[in-house]
Amino acid sequence: MAINTDKNSYTVAFAALMVVVVGSILAYLAASLKDKISENERFEKQQNILYAMGVHENEDEGSVNFIPTDRVEGEFSKYITEQLVIEGDKITQDDEAYLIDLQKQETLSKTGAPRKLPVFIGDKDGKKYYILPMRGKGLWDAIWGFVALDESMTVQGVYFDHKGETPGLGANIKQRYFMDDFIGESILKGSQYAGIKVAKGNNDPVNNIKDDNEVDALAGATITGDGLSAMIRKSLQLYRPYLETIKTKS
Amino acid sequence: MALLSKKDANLILDPLADNNPITIQVLGICSALAITAELKASIVMAISVVFVLGVGNVVISLMRNIIPSKIRIIVQLVVVATLVIIVDQVLKAFAYELSKTLAVFVGLIITNCIIMGRFEAFALGNGPWKSFLDGIGNALGYGVILIIVGFFRELFGSGTLMGFKVLGDPVEKTGLYATGYENNGFMIIPPAALIVVGIIIWVQRSKNRALIEEN
Repeated sequence: MAINTDKNSYTVAFAALMVVVVGSILAYLAASLKDKISENERFEKQQNILYAMGVHENEDEGSVNFIPTDRVEGEFSKYITEQLVIEGDKITQDDEAYLIDLQKQETLSKTGAPRKLPVFIGDKDGKKYYILPMRGKGLWDAIWGFVALDESMTVQGVYFDHKGETPGLGANIKQRYFMDDFIGESILKGSQYAGIKVAKGNNDPVNNIKDDNEVDALAGATITGDGLSAMIRKSLQLYRPYLETIKTKS
Repeated sequence: MALLSKKDANLILDPLADNNPITIQVLGICSALAITAELKASIVMAISVVFVLGVGNVVISLMRNIIPSKIRIIVQLVVVATLVIIVDQVLKAFAYELSKTLAVFVGLIITNCIIMGRFEAFALGNGPWKSFLDGIGNALGYGVILIIVGFFRELFGSGTLMGFKVLGDPVEKTGLYATGYENNGFMIIPPAALIVVGIIIWVQRSKNRALIEEN
């Protein structure tokens, strides 16, 4: 080939052309796949919320099985009867509350703006579920989840997920054996919203004791576990005024 | 192998054994340590690297005569990064579950030294077909080690394989656990991968003494 590839002008031209070509390919790809990707993300959120309130296809034992994506939209509108947005003292209905980005709301609240807190109210077999989305920090990156409560402030189900926790260790917060431990735990300690602690050495690996505000920790995932405990505790403080209004007086 | 000439076949077979990128060239160790705590993650990573290295080697090889040598490393990086983003986006659109499993590794694929190593050492000087074979061979050689390490770490560390409890239930004390066996938590942390890789290197070199370096 006759081109002198060592010339500076050639190098610059090549780099410029490469950037344009690669940029167009990626832009085209992102634009054409955008709708499909955001639809997937929407389905995933619906699946997670339903999972927390116990609408899933789990078998007796084993892995997490969501409602399949082709049915999830229908089931979501069937089971989730109300979607509320709490903004300070104001509570409004919003059928797209589940699309609220918690991370954005948290950043907003740092600037002093009021923060939107979504709550989903589910109804299954006449029983009401109050599902609270939450978000916190794990070891490497964000963790988030949905906690379903009933009026007695007892956990009915949870779903946790993470962005980049260590596979085999912290990533196991989304395993069923870990999430199932939360069911039946109370978030109250006396009248305090104590949350649920992911505790090392509570000597209760199969979680028979349900009134200790503790679940058994994952080995090798101390920081992820602590992050999860902190996420629940902090989020409950935010939701506390709302929870006071639905809590059964005892 | 009638399909490939002997020379071509060696391009694929060599990296699987006597010229393995991990155990002989000691490349790509970082990702081998990071993601092998579970067998499933190892397999996903191996497949992704086969794709990226196979296609990447062909792309670089096709461009080898027009790439300005001053910025060739940057060009290589751009090619890897583009391929990885394409894979990531397509998976997000059509295989969402898989893309979530893969999310952690995307960054690791870009920084994998084997990929840059093969671009630099092979694709820049050879034709597309040979480069393709070389890419597939090296990625498979990498993948094999990853899967072996993942197998042992998950088996001894968690007592499971691909998430299935093959040794019984550690909490209910069934299967092997009934005899007092315990999972070895050390296997889950990254240093254990180093030891498993070390053992593989040891076994390989004691079988083929030609691989042992002379002082």
